[in-house]
Amino acid sequence: MIWNDDFETLPREALESLQAKRLKQVSERVYATVPFYRQQFDQAGVKPENIRSLDDLRRLPFTLKQDMRDNYPYGLFAKPLDQIVRIHASSGTTGKPTVVGYTRRDIENWTELMARSFVAAGAHCGDVIHNAYGYGLFTGGLGAHYGAERIGASVIPMSGGNTKKQLMIMQDFGSTVLTCTPSYSLFLAEAAAEEGVDIRKFKLRVGILGAEPWSERMRDEIEAKVGIKAIDIYGLSEILGPGVGIECIEAQSGLHIWEDHFIPEIIDPHTCEVLPDGEQGELVITTITKEGIPLIRYRTRDITRIIAEPCICGRTHRRLARMSGRSDDMLIIRGVNVFPSQIESVLMQIEGVEPHYLLIVDREGTLDTLEVQVEVNEQTFSDEIKVLQGLSRRIEKEIKDLLGISCRIRLVEPKTLVRSEGKAQRVIDKRPK
Amino acid sequence: MKVQQISIFIENKSGRLAEVARLLDERKVSIRALSLADTSDFGILRLLVDNTDAALFALKEGGFTVSKTEVVAVEVPDQPGGLSRILQVLDESQINVEYMYAFAERNANNAIIIFRFDDIDNAIGTLQAKGVSVLTGERLYSL
Ligand SMILES: [Zn+2]
Repeated sequence: MIWNDDFETLPREALESLQAKRLKQVSERVYATVPFYRQQFDQAGVKPENIRSLDDLRRLPFTLKQDMRDNYPYGLFAKPLDQIVRIHASSGTTGKPTVVGYTRRDIENWTELMARSFVAAGAHCGDVIHNAYGYGLFTGGLGAHYGAERIGASVIPMSGGNTKKQLMIMQDFGSTVLTCTPSYSLFLAEAAAEEGVDIRKFKLRVGILGAEPWSERMRDEIEAKVGIKAIDIYGLSEILGPGVGIECIEAQSGLHIWEDHFIPEIIDPHTCEVLPDGEQGELVITTITKEGIPLIRYRTRDITRIIAEPCICGRTHRRLARMSGRSDDMLIIRGVNVFPSQIESVLMQIEGVEPHYLLIVDREGTLDTLEVQVEVNEQTFSDEIKVLQGLSRRIEKEIKDLLGISCRIRLVEPKTLVRSEGKAQRVIDKRPK
Repeated sequence: MKVQQISIFIENKSGRLAEVARLLDERKVSIRALSLADTSDFGILRLLVDNTDAALFALKEGGFTVSKTEVVAVEVPDQPGGLSRILQVLDESQINVEYMYAFAERNANNAIIIFRFDDIDNAIGTLQAKGVSVLTGERLYSL
């Protein structure tokens, strides 16, 4: 099912000419109304009238999260507060949060994009949508809420926390769609099991999961343990909130980014060079319809690639591969950009190997060296040396095939590497600075 | 005729072998035979003990990666050509040896050789048919 056939299946040519028109408009708008952008454009030697086609986008300067902090709270708003109807802010683990403002039309567009996203994920009128994203300054709760109402579903505004109550309501109210973080969906399943209840017997059909990084392996686990189709949704408060991109239930492979509202680019986070479709790098987004706080070439720090091949669902909007890390984690080894998540993806493809690893980067003479420590578990252990050496060589080869650099695998005893979803140390860089 | 052997993954760093010994000692498990095969990074410690299940439990609980494998124990008379004859039998029957190690039998002049084969049943059959003395697990653990 498609929510907005006209826009979601717009032929590429028409979509791109719409993008070009809107890019020109937003360039004019920010230059005229946001002193920060006027200064940035002037410094880059570019005027809004220079922006005539999509190719001109790369002449524009980037916007960083730090720019939002520097202009805290309202400095990047392109509209006066009397036209801002909603304000959200990111949590901001360090220092001030980043603040975003929405005009009435921004809220309308957000609602539309969340409606598209829900329908792409297989939700529809008649569904009971259990919205466990937090309501508040965080964009997740309200963003999902408005979209759920728009498609005519019955939305339960649960917000986060109080897991027992969540489970009771989910069961009694017959929730069919769950919106929350991927890890919370697993937590719900485990909490249910502890109560002696099998969450798979609930009416839940689909989970629309986002707001934290996750993996294909975690998807398999969620689908098995929660008994739902697990759909990846992407968003960030600086750009909009949830609903920037979503997987379609037909393919469950890559997230369609709504290109009539956003222009995605992939850049090399080190050189800032724009990379061709299919190459992995940092996602940069330009918002082309936003009024409250339009952002030009915002560096998301998320690592992905653009999938330009047409999708089986019929939508013409290109897809982003699952986010596979943050550009801050990037290493440059012998001149090659390496993301720890790429190593992780290699490990996860090998039967039995656990995605716990530690990268040791060092330098011998003038040459960078990479050692990848991998735990040996009962599945991969063999009592024959040659089998273990074969495993090491296979991982070395797969990493070489993917990244083009040689590395050395060191097999280590289990549980020697830190396991945690979040801040585990995955890299030790011993090279002299 | 098969003997249970425990294999343990061990990183080449100090104290790991001692830790294995300590864990087994705590459970009053005695080591009958031991062999360490190692590379520059890691080793595989192979043990024959008097209580395999207790040893497996203790080592797993201690955080080691372990597996149980079946091997064949052969008694070789301590006289010239004893080992050579057995290897010849295996070679003639095209039986592939993955690895082997030996230890001396207490209170006797025999050596015990432990073999790990690809095809263990075929190997035992062949050895016995040729009159080689294959030891049972009970016999070996009680040595
Ligand atoms: Zn699709």
